[in-house]
Amino acid sequence: MSFLPFAVAAWLFIAGLYGIVASRNLVRTILSLTIVQSATYVVLLGVGYRNGGAAPIFADIPAVTKAVDPVVQVLVLTDVVIEATVTALLLALAVQAHKRFGSLDPNDLRVLRD
Amino acid sequence: MSRCVRLSVFALAATVLAAVLIVGFAGLPAFGHFHGVDGNVIDGVGVTERHATDLVTALNFDFRGFDTLGEEFILFGSVLGIVLILRELRDEHQGPRLEEADEHMLGGASEALRLLGLILVPVLLAIGGYIVVHGQITPGGGFQGGIVLATAPLSLFLAGRYLRTRFVAPHTMLEVGEAVGAAGYAMVGIAGLVFVGIFLKNFLPFGIPGHLLSAGQIDVASLAVGVEVSGAFLVAWSEFLDQAIMVRRRRAQ
Repeated sequence: MSFLPFAVAAWLFIAGLYGIVASRNLVRTILSLTIVQSATYVVLLGVGYRNGGAAPIFADIPAVTKAVDPVVQVLVLTDVVIEATVTALLLALAVQAHKRFGSLDPNDLRVLRD
Repeated sequence: MSRCVRLSVFALAATVLAAVLIVGFAGLPAFGHFHGVDGNVIDGVGVTERHATDLVTALNFDFRGFDTLGEEFILFGSVLGIVLILRELRDEHQGPRLEEADEHMLGGASEALRLLGLILVPVLLAIGGYIVVHGQITPGGGFQGGIVLATAPLSLFLAGRYLRTRFVAPHTMLEVGEAVGAAGYAMVGIAGLVFVGIFLKNFLPFGIPGHLLSAGQIDVASLAVGVEVSGAFLVAWSEFLDQAIMVRRRRAQ
């Protein structure tokens, strides 16, 4: 089953993209984007895994224990922060779009259609 | 573009993308057999070189501390963006409705929820502070603990005390906290430049691994990031809550 994490990541990525394309509500579009981004977490953590490796926290295990790759885990941390900020910015835009157009349906954002 | 056309274009594109993803993933090392050199080196020398037992935090605030500086300013910049987007527009004014002037009652908030919200405040502050300062020993650090710290005033909102939250933690204070945190991390870097000649190089004693005051600058940097993250998220959240509760469209003149 060594391909399973990557299959999950590809599935999340495409399912999230489908959500963005098919969505009729801006909030759902934004949530779909976070699903796309969560695919990158799965890829990164899947890439950095070593069979039988412990978490790279050596507080209560000997320093020579085989551990998984900490570098990708830090990248995931960065990824999470970026996702949170991007989501917040987009939600702020959605708030203003709702004020301006009275609707969260992307089809109702009339200025965009001209 | 009609919905039908859009979905069929997507189906075509998704098929191609899926094929590319399969080819790409096939080229990765098999799951569980990754031999990244950097990770191996860090796993090997992280504890002895930096006296930090949580290597993720050690990487974040020391080995690749420069990236974290950028990451922190992305957070800072995006919160600025939120403040800018959600600013008071010309036809709006701030102020609670009369019936809410005393307290904002969250729709359906029971007495139990309100009590729990108040009880949670000190607990969340304690957990958040603990996670921030123990980042170099156990999982945690500034980013994770900062979020927990930020949820403490948010639970006041759950308790239906939003206006009082504004009083306890006014916008100016939050913004100053965020800025101080962001600047603090940069100052840690500059201190490295001043004391040992290299930006973000450790300039503090390493201490004993596993002790609270260990791993040199990591703890200080983590604290600065914790302040910045909690400030940033509180600014963002209060902007959103203001939109829901405080901002009203000015009546047509």
